[in-house]
Amino acid sequence: MPDQYRVAIVGSGPAGLSAAARAAALGMPHILIEKTDHLSDTIFKYQKGKHVMATPSNLVLRSDIDFEAGKREHILGTWDTQIGEHKVNVRLNAEVTGITGETGHFTIELKGGDTIQAEAVVMAIGTQGNPNRLRCPGADLPLIQYQLDDPGEYFDEHITVVGSGDAGIENALGLAADPKQNNTVSILNRRAEFARAKPANVALLEEAEREGRISVRRETNPAEVRANELVLETRDGTEVIKCDRIIARTGSQPPRGFVEDCGIEFTSEERSAFPKLTPSFETTKNGIHVIGALAGYPLIKHCMNQGYDVIEFLNGNADLKPADEPILAEKFAALPGNRSVDEWLEIFRANIVILGELSPLQMRELLLDSDVAAFDSGDVIFVRNDPGSSMFCIAEGSVLVETDPDDRSATVPIEQGSIFGEVGLISGRRRGSTIRAGEPTITLELSRTAALKLIATVPSAGRAVNRITIERQLLQMFGSGLTKEDVSELVEAAEMVEVRAGENVVEEGGEDKDIFVIQQGSMIVEKSLGEKPIFLSYLPAGSYFGEMAVIDGSARTATVKAAIKSEVVKFPGDAFLRLMEKKPALRERALSDMAARRQVNAFVEERKESFSGAVDMYSETAKFLVDNGIGEATDVLLIDETLCVGCDNCEKACADSHDGLSRLDREAGRTYAHLHVPTSCRHCEHPHCMADCPPNAIQRGADGEVFIDETCIGCGNCQRNCPYDVIRMDSVPPKKPSLLSWLLFGAGPGPGEASYDWRKKTAEKRGTEQAKLAIKCDMCAGIDGGPACVRACPTGAAIRVAPEKFLTFTKLVEDVE
Amino acid sequence: MASSADFEQAEKRRDTDHESFLSHKRMRWLKISVALCLIVITSYFLVDVEPRHNGGTWYGYTLGTIGVILIIWLSLLGIRKRNITEGKWSLKAWTSAHVYLGLALVVIGTMHTGFQLGWNVHTLAWALMMLVIVTGIYGVVVYATLPRSLSINMREMTRAQMVEGLAAIDRQIAAAAQPLGRKEADVVIAALEQDVFRAGLLARLTGKYPRCKTKRAIKAFPAGSLNKAEEKVSTLLARRNSQLSQIRRHMRYKALLEIWLFIHIPATIALIAALAAHIVSVFYYW
Repeated sequence: MPDQYRVAIVGSGPAGLSAAARAAALGMPHILIEKTDHLSDTIFKYQKGKHVMATPSNLVLRSDIDFEAGKREHILGTWDTQIGEHKVNVRLNAEVTGITGETGHFTIELKGGDTIQAEAVVMAIGTQGNPNRLRCPGADLPLIQYQLDDPGEYFDEHITVVGSGDAGIENALGLAADPKQNNTVSILNRRAEFARAKPANVALLEEAEREGRISVRRETNPAEVRANELVLETRDGTEVIKCDRIIARTGSQPPRGFVEDCGIEFTSEERSAFPKLTPSFETTKNGIHVIGALAGYPLIKHCMNQGYDVIEFLNGNADLKPADEPILAEKFAALPGNRSVDEWLEIFRANIVILGELSPLQMRELLLDSDVAAFDSGDVIFVRNDPGSSMFCIAEGSVLVETDPDDRSATVPIEQGSIFGEVGLISGRRRGSTIRAGEPTITLELSRTAALKLIATVPSAGRAVNRITIERQLLQMFGSGLTKEDVSELVEAAEMVEVRAGENVVEEGGEDKDIFVIQQGSMIVEKSLGEKPIFLSYLPAGSYFGEMAVIDGSARTATVKAAIKSEVVKFPGDAFLRLMEKKPALRERALSDMAARRQVNAFVEERKESFSGAVDMYSETAKFLVDNGIGEATDVLLIDETLCVGCDNCEKACADSHDGLSRLDREAGRTYAHLHVPTSCRHCEHPHCMADCPPNAIQRGADGEVFIDETCIGCGNCQRNCPYDVIRMDSVPPKKPSLLSWLLFGAGPGPGEASYDWRKKTAEKRGTEQAKLAIKCDMCAGIDGGPACVRACPTGAAIRVAPEKFLTFTKLVEDVE
Repeated sequence: MASSADFEQAEKRRDTDHESFLSHKRMRWLKISVALCLIVITSYFLVDVEPRHNGGTWYGYTLGTIGVILIIWLSLLGIRKRNITEGKWSLKAWTSAHVYLGLALVVIGTMHTGFQLGWNVHTLAWALMMLVIVTGIYGVVVYATLPRSLSINMREMTRAQMVEGLAAIDRQIAAAAQPLGRKEADVVIAALEQDVFRAGLLARLTGKYPRCKTKRAIKAFPAGSLNKAEEKVSTLLARRNSQLSQIRRHMRYKALLEIWLFIHIPATIALIAALAAHIVSVFYYW
């Protein structure tokens, strides 16, 4: 063992393994440090037999160890063998507690007091972090464990689960599931409520408690762990219970704190931020490198390539092109000018204002998720009312925005370096205007995820996008020949306000004088009659409100509150008044909008006496729909239960139009006044499912539908993130015999989704078993005739609607008259 | 990319709010079939055929052909419903047409017979047709009236949740019944062991279960004379009974909504067979 290694690699996941294998192949003195007693802990912890995907498929794997899609066991087995063959110097059971020193001589401290000396450090520790340890006397005793692999392996034990999240509850339920195991299971919750867990899990736990299968101790902390006992601190004093095993599931500590302690800076304070890196993965602390998920690359192939690259860079190979080079070259091939990848990257960075501060590594990553395109003068880039949530940047040339849908010649230019399409990105709504190239133009189209990541991680980009958005939104809303200069006072004074769901922005009777524009989310307008709030209207993102009080100086006539978590821009009313003085056209426009809204108010006032149950009912129905996520929906399936005979033909049609699996559950979901919102995708404006998709497989399609493409790796993040439970994980079943052979000969399982048994058995028989992937409603995109669930409803009970169509005042009027 | 025309179309689609198959497109198919019936009835009395109206005249053949085409098309609803192909069809429109044109068959079919009914294969076809139509009328009536009750009874629970709810109560009863005396325990066990889903057709359709052991068990715990454990079991049994009633009402509505199909569809198949025999024999003995 040398006194000092050339490189120490911390973490033996795909990135660390690949780096260590490269170092071994180059004969570089190295050490691979792993916290657990096995390699690649994250994948090790996958459930048995899980199919691991290898995406993106167009990325070449550059590593000394192999990797291809397959079962967890196969992949781990291959890596173990190859790490052995390469004679990689591995040190297991070694947890790094700190890294000190400078480049050329780092000291790596291990738990237990050992140290390792190395010239350079590669950190590949992932984002999983360390489980939170119990903090009480006796916390180091062996009866405490932080993971539960198989609840079926413990018998006749007194087991205490600490933690009130889903993991803790699921563990406790698993341990108590089979009475034959004869375990005495307790679960401790520091608080009185299980607020962090899914309602379904809490319900199961409470049932187990009622039946006496689990003892649930609320407002209780572990105070001391002893050999076979646990001392509890309860609301009424201390208590000692028998305890053979403690399962601690109190969350985990993200690795950021540890990384920062090593002297490494992150790009921002945001939770989603990553360490600042050079093109060779070096951090702000010279000599320490960060690769893999911690560097912002959660996919296995990326990680392995970076492991290879970082060692090559350390070995002095400065000419090494990143593995994504061919992908980028292919992207840029369509552009005129025959420039190299590096040249194009520099053009995009230098010309586009919001990208000015990006490093070459960040540029590469951004470009991988983005599209570039060249347009000739007059080419249409997108059309008004197209769905789309991407943002465009103009690298060269300029574009024209058509301001009047009926007159193609009325346009406003947007110059080189600026952006467009950002309203769709921020509000999730359709495109507001048609845009065409004003001269030969080169654009960079950032996907929604890439753009959001950029805004979140590069503060200057975020500010620039915000300012432009506010300005454009004002111009688009009021039209009327306003220019940038006209609205600059308003833009300067604008203030972004975040509003929680249900929070009032404007209160009826209030004296405040501001105007608001909804940038994200949606609002509902209510007026109270007697004690009851009456629902007046629903305002989607892109609407403005509050102008009445500003224009005529009156008190607020209605309450406006957020239907979902929203963002509004607040403008001072006097600046708006000054602008109206200057621009008579705007004044007219605002007055006519106001007249329409006033009419609604007058209508309600007038009918105040005669208002019957019908309005109440409508108001309550609207509230119910908003409570059930319709406020953030763009298209939702609604079933009228006075028409629904429960034939489930909607589900069958769904399964038969999509690989034999239904994406909707008719029976489940909430109902109010016979209006049923089944468990089916609402195609949210800002889909929760998109938030954390490693391969970026969830997209918004051409008709506004949110769909999952074929790059899904089956990780299940989207399923967990969806608050409406509309995503299922399942494998595509084998093809069924035709309808005719079922009708005539009874072959196969018949129309609709086949039973789980049939699917499993037939797939086994035919040898066509497939990995479980996420599936969800895609609004039957690409299927002529539209959503099959609606077409296949025999009684007219099922419809799909956009919320602004359903939640309108006209419905109220209709219902009354 | 979707053009704005597509968008307008999508808007239009969304504009049609919930509209029942009976009032589909402002009763388009009701109007068509009333017109059809009026034409057939007036022409029946206006057209003078020799020796009298029957299936064998040119007029009779015309009505017969229309009838047979209609019957074949109406029976294709079963295929349309299950064959989820692409295209702008709507099953609701099909159902609407199916109901109203099916009703028109009463007039067309009967006028085709010229009221010459007897004990033969021809009248069998007519009788089967009428049977199909009568069951269909029942179907329309239950489709129009029962879904509301079905929805009220479900109280936002799915079938699986109802069954799970019952199982949860059962587990609690089993635990609570431990301290009971032999006699009481036997009654409770009998209630728990009874397969509540095994019910005859009559019970299912009426919702009356005279042999329900849960009800009997409730009677075994008369209020007033109960100790603490018995009190608890009694309360749980009452909850079980109420959960059972919900499930049984659900099963009853579903049965009422589906029962007619067990006659409607076999009778349709028999009708088509009888119709084939009718047509073949008519041409054979011509």
